[in-house]
Amino acid sequence: MHPAPSIIIFTVLSGLGFGLLFWLGLGIPDTKGWDAFAIYAVGFICSVVGLVASTFHLGNPQRAWRAFTQWRSSWLSREGWFAVLALMFIGLYALFIIFFENRMNVLGFIGSILCLITVFATSMIYAQMKSVPRWNHWTTCALFLLLSLAGGAILAGQSLAGLVLLILTGIAQIIVWTKGDERFTERGSTIETATQLGHIGKVRLFESPHTGTNYLLKEMVYQVGRKHAQKLRRISFVLMCIVPAVILLLLPSNLFFIAIAALLHLGGTFISRWLFFAEAEHVVGLYYGKR
Amino acid sequence: MIKHKQPDINLSPHVSDEIRKTTCYMCACRCGINVHMKNGKVTYIEGNRDHPVNRGVLCAKGSSGIMQVNAPSRLRTPLKRIGPRGSGEFEQISWDEALELATSWLKPVRETNPEKLAFFTGRDQSQSFTSFWAQAYGTPNYAAHGGFCSVNMAAGGIYTMGGAFWEFGQPDWDRTKLFMIFGVAEDHDSNPIKMGIGKIKKRGAKVIGVNPIRSGYNAVADEWIGITPGTDGLFILSLVHELLKAGKIDLNYLANFTNAAVLVNGEQNTENSGLLLRDENGKMLVIDRDTGQPAAFDHPDVKPDLAGKLQQAGVTHRTVLQHLSERYLSSDYAPENVAERCGIPASRIKRLAAELARVAFDESFEINQAWTDFRGNKHEKMIGRPVSFHSMRGVSAHSNGFQTCRALHLLQILLGSVEVPGGFRFKPPYPKPIEAHPKPHCKSTPGSPLNGPHLGFVRGPEDLILKDDGTPARIDKAFTWENPMSAHGLMHMVISNAHAGDPYPIDVLFMYMANMSWNSSMNTRGVIDMLTDKNEDGEYIIPKIIYSDAYSSEMVAYSDLILPDTTYLERHDCISLLDRPICEADGAADAIRWPVIEPDREVRGFQSVLCDLGARLSLNGFVNDDGSAKYKDYADYIVNHERRPGIGPLAGFRGKDGQNIGRGEVNPDQLQQYIDNGGFFINHIPDEATFYKPWNTAYQDWAVELGIYDSPQPYVFDIYCETLRKFQLAAEGFGERQPPDHLRERIKQTHDPLPIWYKPFEQEQVDENEYPIHALTQRPMAMYHSWGTQNAWLRQIHGRNPLYIPTKIWNDKGFEDGDWARVSSVHGEITVPVAHMAALNENTVWTWNAIGKRKGAWALDENAPEATKGFLLNHLIHELLPANGDGLRWSNSDPITGQAAWFDLKVKIEKVDAQLQTQPGFAPIKSPVGQGPKDLSWQVG
Amino acid sequence: MTDLPKQTQRKLGLVIDLDTCVGCHACVTACKGWNTENYGAPLSDKDAYGADPVGTFLNRIHSYEVQPEQGCAQTIHFPKSCLHCDDAPCVTVCPTGASYKRVEDGIVLVNEDHCIGCGLCAWACPYGAREMDQTAGVMKKCTLCVDRIYNQNLPEEDRVPACVRTCPAGARHFGDFSDPQSNVSQLIAERGSLNLMPEQNTKPVNQYLPPRPKDTWTDVDSTATTSTPVAQEPKGFLAWLDRTLDSL
Repeated sequence: MHPAPSIIIFTVLSGLGFGLLFWLGLGIPDTKGWDAFAIYAVGFICSVVGLVASTFHLGNPQRAWRAFTQWRSSWLSREGWFAVLALMFIGLYALFIIFFENRMNVLGFIGSILCLITVFATSMIYAQMKSVPRWNHWTTCALFLLLSLAGGAILAGQSLAGLVLLILTGIAQIIVWTKGDERFTERGSTIETATQLGHIGKVRLFESPHTGTNYLLKEMVYQVGRKHAQKLRRISFVLMCIVPAVILLLLPSNLFFIAIAALLHLGGTFISRWLFFAEAEHVVGLYYGKR
Repeated sequence: MIKHKQPDINLSPHVSDEIRKTTCYMCACRCGINVHMKNGKVTYIEGNRDHPVNRGVLCAKGSSGIMQVNAPSRLRTPLKRIGPRGSGEFEQISWDEALELATSWLKPVRETNPEKLAFFTGRDQSQSFTSFWAQAYGTPNYAAHGGFCSVNMAAGGIYTMGGAFWEFGQPDWDRTKLFMIFGVAEDHDSNPIKMGIGKIKKRGAKVIGVNPIRSGYNAVADEWIGITPGTDGLFILSLVHELLKAGKIDLNYLANFTNAAVLVNGEQNTENSGLLLRDENGKMLVIDRDTGQPAAFDHPDVKPDLAGKLQQAGVTHRTVLQHLSERYLSSDYAPENVAERCGIPASRIKRLAAELARVAFDESFEINQAWTDFRGNKHEKMIGRPVSFHSMRGVSAHSNGFQTCRALHLLQILLGSVEVPGGFRFKPPYPKPIEAHPKPHCKSTPGSPLNGPHLGFVRGPEDLILKDDGTPARIDKAFTWENPMSAHGLMHMVISNAHAGDPYPIDVLFMYMANMSWNSSMNTRGVIDMLTDKNEDGEYIIPKIIYSDAYSSEMVAYSDLILPDTTYLERHDCISLLDRPICEADGAADAIRWPVIEPDREVRGFQSVLCDLGARLSLNGFVNDDGSAKYKDYADYIVNHERRPGIGPLAGFRGKDGQNIGRGEVNPDQLQQYIDNGGFFINHIPDEATFYKPWNTAYQDWAVELGIYDSPQPYVFDIYCETLRKFQLAAEGFGERQPPDHLRERIKQTHDPLPIWYKPFEQEQVDENEYPIHALTQRPMAMYHSWGTQNAWLRQIHGRNPLYIPTKIWNDKGFEDGDWARVSSVHGEITVPVAHMAALNENTVWTWNAIGKRKGAWALDENAPEATKGFLLNHLIHELLPANGDGLRWSNSDPITGQAAWFDLKVKIEKVDAQLQTQPGFAPIKSPVGQGPKDLSWQVG
Repeated sequence: MTDLPKQTQRKLGLVIDLDTCVGCHACVTACKGWNTENYGAPLSDKDAYGADPVGTFLNRIHSYEVQPEQGCAQTIHFPKSCLHCDDAPCVTVCPTGASYKRVEDGIVLVNEDHCIGCGLCAWACPYGAREMDQTAGVMKKCTLCVDRIYNQNLPEEDRVPACVRTCPAGARHFGDFSDPQSNVSQLIAERGSLNLMPEQNTKPVNQYLPPRPKDTWTDVDSTATTSTPVAQEPKGFLAWLDRTLDSL
């Protein structure tokens, strides 16, 4: 799949933002006044920038409001609703904390749950795609949620929780990568099932329908070299999990180190998310002889 | 939550204000089209359901016509060259200026030496008109593009059976049970073959494809024979061997409807040896099986004896069939002995022969339709032989193509499957015996018309087009000893010969729709040089070039004066019975084009321009007695011209009230009546006349009534071609007109009166160990020659072309996807991208034709894939054969017809590093029309 | 709602005959022409005359090469457009309800006025049937020419999709699969049909007729061989000829 920057920014930043807001909704860390303002602002900025970025890839963003209509069937629509609700609850909760120093735990708790559901809904946009076997698995949701929680924990200054979550994230990431590498084959889609010509013999594409490219190839058939991908996986894993975990484990939990850990984690997550798209093969590629 | 409702959509939107019915021009099929109009603009083009050619269907090109009509590459005004030839630098001039300039070039030539004008038209669909103009002008140098297209197929058919494939005939699609195609390029023809294959497939009948490449029609063939290029003749004669051996030939048919029973003069080494015996009236003689006596072949009671013999003065004269059986029963043609050369296992050849015989004879059927033959014999039934064939350029474009085409017709005739139910059927104005065709003419006189039509069918050395000193009278050397039966001329030799001054230099080269500086020439680079070469005085060797085209093709830059033509929706045309009509086996049909939109540019239909030029030059037939212009434009000509009294370009709606068919006086409302009838006219053949046309009295009478003939012209098929024998006799030293000595042997060998096979010349001459691979081109169905490239839709389908390589070579050379190769012939080399194809003859490579483009042409970006990744195979092919040390120029053509031997090419291949640009690269030419718009979002609304 | 209808009143779709399609691309451009001028936004072309032309098409022809275990390879032309699946995953993912499956006839359509151009439906489709128009920013797909098949302004015989009307080989058939007597139902009953990517469980409505077995005449088989030769050499042939002519 084409690793579109807008979608990578959307999923990474909104995941991080909602992850932070999740912790904040539970009162972790317990802040007040301008401190609270600052940390909530980080959460809100990340989530909102992410959500706004998601509209950049729309052909007709002026109609984006229509995306709220189909919550009964569409995960994208649900994601929209939950994001708005989560932001409303957490926003209200934050307002009371910042301006009235009044912590309304119920609001925060509901907001936190909504944050998690939002991230889950985001992950389901991808996990529901049967046409992309690598994504079409519960581990996609698990990884999105863990990354969100881990990133949120780092930003929330929660060294221990962050450490545990980073380890879990790392494990999930490795499972997602290794199991994901096999899933296309496991699901059994081949050029023969795509064309149903396998009963005659071995099928290969002779001529593409067009000598140039098209939307499908640009959007859904992205090829990344295996060696290149392996290198990126290592870099992303180190940045996203190992280095932040080491920082959380060994270095003092101050703003500076939290920022370093968060930024490295964010950078690693961006690479991981880029790979999430770039390595995902859509079955339509089979029709174009791309596998 | 907002509840979703299924929207209400308008299921009956307004489609169009008006439908205008005209004729497509995206290839030579000439399908009927419905042009939908809104607000005076074209919105959609679809096939015309009533039209006899396409019955409503339309191909990819036709369906993209809107992009052709609106192409940014359309020329906009007349242009006069101001930069050097090839630069693309022009100034725009007015039509008056353009026509005056053209007249100032053409008039002095006509008044002094008309042969100094060479007028050749490429994909012209108005040859009856353009040849009429050229004849009136008086130059002997006129032809269209048949010589580099498929003259072998046309001439091979006409010399053998009075008609050929494609425009001349068609399989009996509704009844045939086995359809076999040889070397069929996928647009010859296009929709009718697809429709026919569709019918065959619907019935579950069989298709056999003989082609080195399994694409298109061969892809749907039930059996694919991946033959080695150039060996079709050998393969066919091996089938003939098998059929003779099994006695599976139609003896009745052969005896009655062919010259199989005619006696061949058995004298040795006389001026008559090998000619057909004739009576005092010139009628061919057969032995009557009842009397045992010789009799004229067409005598009412004669029963021609295939086994007949005549002993006279110690000489035994035997029938054609006896000669034929002697030749083809020879083990030279046994499957085992041809298998390796053809690349087809002997067992497969035997099986094919068996199937042909089984279907032709065991699945024979009858139609209860009585008919009467030319001898007056009444037949109660029509007997079906449901085996049919079609063939085109793959067989034709070899230096042994003419004889291969004859071999194929021989096969059809032995099976008795021509003009019978389930077999191959002629389309009017065919069948037409060779005697009913004109002979070629060349006598040019300053200031006067030529003494007759340029092109025709020679019947012997006496008809060759030679000057008194024996040198060629035509610039293309058509109808000379080099290629005596070149019925379509040799357009591919014109520039080369004019440049060499051989047989003579010319002053004006006038061309129409012929992309000679690119894909329509062999040796493209060489032709470009010939067009730009100057003599020691600094003048161009070909001094003046006038060119007419609708689009900014590669040829525009190499011309001095451009006369911009219209697109096909902006013009009048007639698809005439005098020319290449659109008839069906069941009826005679013709059609028109008419301007369904008016041009928005300073362009004029080329034929109208010729009417104007004809008047300016005061050509006979183009001026009235008072010297004024006879025709306002081409439409005026179409309606008012009479070729013979009562016979004009269009056969329908003749006579004052438009009620006459075929013959009748001029009808001023004729075009409107065509328009009202959907743009065409069809007259159905009576049931009694639908088969056996060459021998069927009812057909002959119908054809006379329609004006196709002036009197009935029954004839028998020439299995034995006496014309060829006459040239052989000359080469043996008999007769007054004698070939030059260097050609004697070749004529003796190749002009055999019975079909033969010989190795194509280029393969004879090059070292096949060094150049072991055959290289071919095919046209993609979705693109017609170069025209498709400018079409924004079609160029997305075919924007570049790889060289397709068979598995064996692919693996041997270690090719992988994305690789490039250097391909060399004895003549040149190209560097191109490659791709793998398994369903391909293992010694053959190929590519799509004419995708490659010159930078700057066709209003495309200079970095268009057509110009960077596309390529032409033409660079590897020369119009002359490799020098063999005898100091002579041997053209790379069929020695009988002069057909360009495109497909004789042999190459070698080496893997090279991937490139950014195919080679040879050419400098960009300046586009006279700029470049097309960036994005298209086309909707009239 | 963008849930799929439980059942549609009719099941309109195409049968595409892979034994007959010669790969001419006529259906591709006829479709492009009709749908550029009609339903919704025109099918645009970016860089139409440039180095990288990319346009929107609703129907495209792939060409495959199939190598059997024995014998020569086959070339098979493979037209592909929306299959109007019964379980169309493209419909349920749509966040705006722009994508829907019509209750009346099962045609899957995009209401372009509601389409935000998120591309999710194209992702969900395993067949590559949907293409986002790069100029209009809305999703385009085969409409089965919904503006032709019921169009009172067209003669009745023309009320078929543009691709079917134009197909020169007659390899495309349009009809109602819910009616066992329809042309399309009869064709698949007679010739069998191919259901693309069954593992995706989309239940395509469009069906493909399989190519008939090819290249079966690999050897001489005794039943098909011509009977005993009448002659091995010219002399014997003449004797046979004479005998046969006598009996005619």
